[in-house]
Amino acid sequence: MNRRTKFLAGGVVILGALAYMIYAGVTQSAVYFVTPAELQAAPVVGKAYRLGGLVAPGSMSWEPRALDLRFSLTDGKATVPVRHKGTAPDLFGEGRGAIVEGSWTPEGYFKATLIMAKHSEEYAAPTGDAQPGYRELIRTLKDRQ
Amino acid sequence: MIPELGYGATIVALVLALGGAGAAAAGGRVGRVALIEAAQRAAVGVFVLVSFCFALLTYAFLAFDFSVRYVANNTNLGTPFYYRITGVWGALEGSIILWSWMLALYTLVIVLRHRRNAREFYPWVLAVMLGVLAFFLVVMTFAAPPFERQTPPPADGRGLNPLLEDTGMITHPVALYLGFTGLTVPFAFALAALVAARVGDTWITLTRRWTIVAWYFLSLGLLIGGWWSYHVLGWGGYWAWDPVENAAFMPWLAATAFLHSVMIQERRRMLKLWNISLIIMAFTLTLFGTFLTRSGVIASVHAFTQGTIGILFLSFLALVLLVALGLVALRWDALRAQGELDSVVSRESVFLLNNVMLVAAAFTVFFGTVFPLLSEAVRGVKVSVGAPFFNQVNIPLFLSLIFLMGVGPLIAWRRASVESLRRNFLWPIACGVLAAAVGFVMGVRPALAVLTVATTAFVAATIVVDFTRATRARRRAGESLLPAMGGLLLRHNRRYGGFVVHLGVLVIAVGVTGSQAWSVQTETTLRRGEHAELAGYRVRFDGLSASEESNHAKVTGTFTVSNGRVLGVLRPAKKFYPQQQSPIAAVDYRLGLTEDVYLVLGDFARDGTEATIKLQVNRLVSWIWLGGVVITLGTLLAILPERKRPA
Repeated sequence: MNRRTKFLAGGVVILGALAYMIYAGVTQSAVYFVTPAELQAAPVVGKAYRLGGLVAPGSMSWEPRALDLRFSLTDGKATVPVRHKGTAPDLFGEGRGAIVEGSWTPEGYFKATLIMAKHSEEYAAPTGDAQPGYRELIRTLKDRQ
Repeated sequence: MIPELGYGATIVALVLALGGAGAAAAGGRVGRVALIEAAQRAAVGVFVLVSFCFALLTYAFLAFDFSVRYVANNTNLGTPFYYRITGVWGALEGSIILWSWMLALYTLVIVLRHRRNAREFYPWVLAVMLGVLAFFLVVMTFAAPPFERQTPPPADGRGLNPLLEDTGMITHPVALYLGFTGLTVPFAFALAALVAARVGDTWITLTRRWTIVAWYFLSLGLLIGGWWSYHVLGWGGYWAWDPVENAAFMPWLAATAFLHSVMIQERRRMLKLWNISLIIMAFTLTLFGTFLTRSGVIASVHAFTQGTIGILFLSFLALVLLVALGLVALRWDALRAQGELDSVVSRESVFLLNNVMLVAAAFTVFFGTVFPLLSEAVRGVKVSVGAPFFNQVNIPLFLSLIFLMGVGPLIAWRRASVESLRRNFLWPIACGVLAAAVGFVMGVRPALAVLTVATTAFVAATIVVDFTRATRARRRAGESLLPAMGGLLLRHNRRYGGFVVHLGVLVIAVGVTGSQAWSVQTETTLRRGEHAELAGYRVRFDGLSASEESNHAKVTGTFTVSNGRVLGVLRPAKKFYPQQQSPIAAVDYRLGLTEDVYLVLGDFARDGTEATIKLQVNRLVSWIWLGGVVITLGTLLAILPERKRPA
């Protein structure tokens, strides 16, 4: 075997290994982007989804002792109930966009393993008192000290 | 007044940059010194004007001039002094100014440093630098004008994004942009070498330090980004394979490959085509990254401002590729290597392998990042691949790279004999095996972590072997120990600077392995007086308190941390910014060399009696930041002026 063949063979082996790793990586960690309407049309139990939508106003409930967070994601056409074990991330809230990663359960809800709320460099101008009640809250806590 | 002044200066700078680029190219073509000198003056003029713009915008921030829309959008009367300065580059428009300013600064340094020592390249380097600068000034003029007027000016601004109110945000963009713009310099020299048909190793020798500096700042930018993510975002991680991170990581990989492959060209006159291609790749990847993050084609958790800027970057990227590849085609014959690889077992082929691995890593990151676009175009479904994909594909690549890091610097050029392999690598291999065995017995798991331990021990041992051998040689020549070691470092500063950087990379590798393999976390809700336990630590919830800061209000939890004895108090908080819809968390932590206790206040009861916390014990994360310090030292050593050997 001359030098050229050796290098060529080495290159082929490396490329082959790389191609295989990429192929295996993609098939094992593919996550499907869906909207609530698309998910509701054909949910597959156990498949990895990334579901994006608006957190439906009035749908959020939080049970701190059980770390049980429930809300619904909507795209206007369909609404999907979501459950998550743990607190919501910062910037997460009703009426705002969120992306959740997880899977559909046979019990008929989306089990989220990860919630992402969008970070933003700039954000909307405050409209009046943007966080009604927070001053109230601060005052209560201060009084207790 | 400020909007008009700034806008005017931008336009004049743009005209000067375009004119200067044209003059430099024409001067290079016909060889007229007057034209080149005109271009030089234009470069100085652009620097002065862009500096003026930058100073003007900073002044507008400090003076709360809300008639400038950008100022009004990114600061308010409550923004503290330091963050009014960093607010200047807190969003898109200011980032572009910062970027342009650094480019102008580098161009100025080129004028000062290379006016005489790079005559055949100089006009073309100037033309490329001013051309790239002109592009950024076009962006500043049309797509992201920082000096747009806001009428009527609002009474108060919107304020800086609270997540950016952090020291990491002062340094992270600065370091990253210094790296990005720094890559423009070797790229400009590469194009100049192509145009001047001098594709030998002169352009590489001239840009050696530039490349190291650019690489260093890129590395630093990535590390500071990780630090910011770790101590601000409150998810306990430093790297998430988010498209924005990948956008900065790809040029880093290409630059790292370039940094190594140029050594082969210097030494063996090989890989000319490869080096030119690598630097073109590294530079275009910086543009691609900016396109990716600013165009919104890929969904990311970092939502940057979007707009026409993405298309502008894509067009410029296409133009750069067209010109660069056209020049490569033109000089194809000259670029065909003269040197040949002698043997598979040689330093050349190890470096080549290192390059193949780095480019492969860059490719997989690229592939994974644009995968949603590809799958949508090909199959019509949006599929993304997340962190598992990147980890699965890159961990073997990076482990191999670390292994090669030990082999490359010691193996012989041309052809390594069995005897020399034995002499160089017997001890290091023994060290690696021993470390793996000791680690295994001490309970290091999983297998991947054991493998990392073995590889890092092997590489560290190669460095020790090399250094002791060289020191011993000097001692035989009659020097005593310390002068021998010091003299070695200083005389062969480039080689040993590289070794120190490698040590830094090893330290980071240990940190990454430890944090990925052995970190633990829990989430729970506590009543006052209750405690959570994790990995031998006990965290007791003592209560909540509230306070008003200059631009936000804060609810702070008090938690006592102990492991048998009381270690201290952690105070994670929730910050309420009036302009924000919901509070953001402020992490508190107790950093340690082997483990960090990391505490996030997730939620709390309105009456202050209950708090939901996320508690993590993160292993070896500090090693990552320590590695950054070691890399800094190594880089400093490597860029010291080389000393002439005594005759």
